[in-house]
Amino acid sequence: MSSLLTALKNKKILVSDGAWGTFLHQRGLQPGECPELWNITHRDDVFAIAKSYIDAGADIILTNSFGGSPSKLEHYGLQDRTAELNKTAAAISREAAGVDHLVLGSIGPTGVILMMGEVSEEALYDGFCIQAEALKKGGVDALCIETMSAVDEACLAIRAARETTDLEVACTFTFEKTVSGEYRTMMGVSPAEMVQAVKEVGVSIIGTNCGNGFDQMIDIVQEIRSIDPITPILVHANAGKPVFQDGKAVFPETPEKMAAKVGELIKSGANIIGGCCGTTPAHIQGLVHAIRVH
Amino acid sequence: MDELVVRISHCVENGKINKASPYPNAMKGMEGADELTKQALDAAIGPDAILQACNDGMQRIGERFSRNEVFVPELLMAAKAMHAVMAHLEPFFKSGTVKVKGKFVLGTVAGDLHDIGKNLVRMVVEGNGWEVIDLGVDVKSTKFLDAIKNTPGCIVGLSALLTTTMVNMSKTVQEIKIQFPATKVIVGGAPLTMDAALKMGADGYSHDPQGAVTFLDKISAA
Repeated sequence: MSSLLTALKNKKILVSDGAWGTFLHQRGLQPGECPELWNITHRDDVFAIAKSYIDAGADIILTNSFGGSPSKLEHYGLQDRTAELNKTAAAISREAAGVDHLVLGSIGPTGVILMMGEVSEEALYDGFCIQAEALKKGGVDALCIETMSAVDEACLAIRAARETTDLEVACTFTFEKTVSGEYRTMMGVSPAEMVQAVKEVGVSIIGTNCGNGFDQMIDIVQEIRSIDPITPILVHANAGKPVFQDGKAVFPETPEKMAAKVGELIKSGANIIGGCCGTTPAHIQGLVHAIRVH
Repeated sequence: MDELVVRISHCVENGKINKASPYPNAMKGMEGADELTKQALDAAIGPDAILQACNDGMQRIGERFSRNEVFVPELLMAAKAMHAVMAHLEPFFKSGTVKVKGKFVLGTVAGDLHDIGKNLVRMVVEGNGWEVIDLGVDVKSTKFLDAIKNTPGCIVGLSALLTTTMVNMSKTVQEIKIQFPATKVIVGGAPLTMDAALKMGADGYSHDPQGAVTFLDKISAA
């Protein structure tokens, strides 16, 4: 297992994977079912998703542990299985990735807002520690704290990851375009504020994920790069904002559209590129080809 | 307008809960919504005037939120200040001295456990003088139907964050419309658009909490 930063030095641009959530639903996960429990009950399906991204040519895959925090798992009464579900998520992706590919352990938001006082900082921190440690035990190469919108929560997660493991830590925030054309998270955090805050607590890789499609990701990466010329940037882009068609949600951005934009994203300063909601192995394959040509 | 009432409105808008609260920085050490409401009631200012001040403050912060001038933290603090006012007004609501504008049944649809957006809507709608019956998250359509049956004349709000639960939202809207064709339904959430809302058969869509208030006020005025 090599380090993520070393891999970046050797290959310059790395391709990450695509969506997990939307993929799990295609394979039969019902709304209201716990996606992380599938690591135990539907291990083959989870493995198939991980493997499909490796087969599509991704250098890196994530883990089926986005909602693996005790506070999210509590909705399903599974909070006592936090370590088990995260460790298994890591083990599945490790098996699919083999020794030639990297595994990034996914840690998503807890869904609670610290400033509301519903939960203590200590409780959130302890939860993140359990996740980080379990993902490491399951065999991940690095951790990815993703889809963050609040600085306090993200920094707690980063500190927990760094204090319980020796792994490199990436952190990505989700930004939306405001009416005045700036980018802010729902908590009001700008890309510049994110960069400053997360670097202070020691992340190795910064970035952005989810969002409203590739074009906006290019803007956000440019903004991050204008403040920070050095730190590697990771982008996991949605396949656009979903549209409701014939009773179901459809993501508008095709693999071709994403592939056509990847050159611009690299030029903006992105180093690791993959997909988020609505992206498929075909999107990742498209990215791999486009980057090879680039 | 009485100076105290103006100050209460200002405290709600800026999220100044009470004297002890350190937020916002610019109002540190000053009296907040809690103290000022008590003083206003002691000074025999009518609860209606206080409620109106509270509504105005929430309306202004809701509009600033819609214009992206403030974000979730500012809205949450304003809601906390609003609740400090409401705690003092509770007896007047109970006795019927002051009345709510109407009743709003709200919930996140089946299969979806996300509550941040739904809670923001609840706070802003409450702060604008409506009673909110919050059914929580992962609300099955039967639960919505029961609530509508038990709350005559209510308006219904459905929230969803996941693209996969938009389908359940659509089903819930349709079931409501079959059983209660006169009941108005508004939907909201990250993956939604006006187009999607209308295709589902909803009466309205809002991108932000203040839009829900505009929708509700329009119906109650009609």
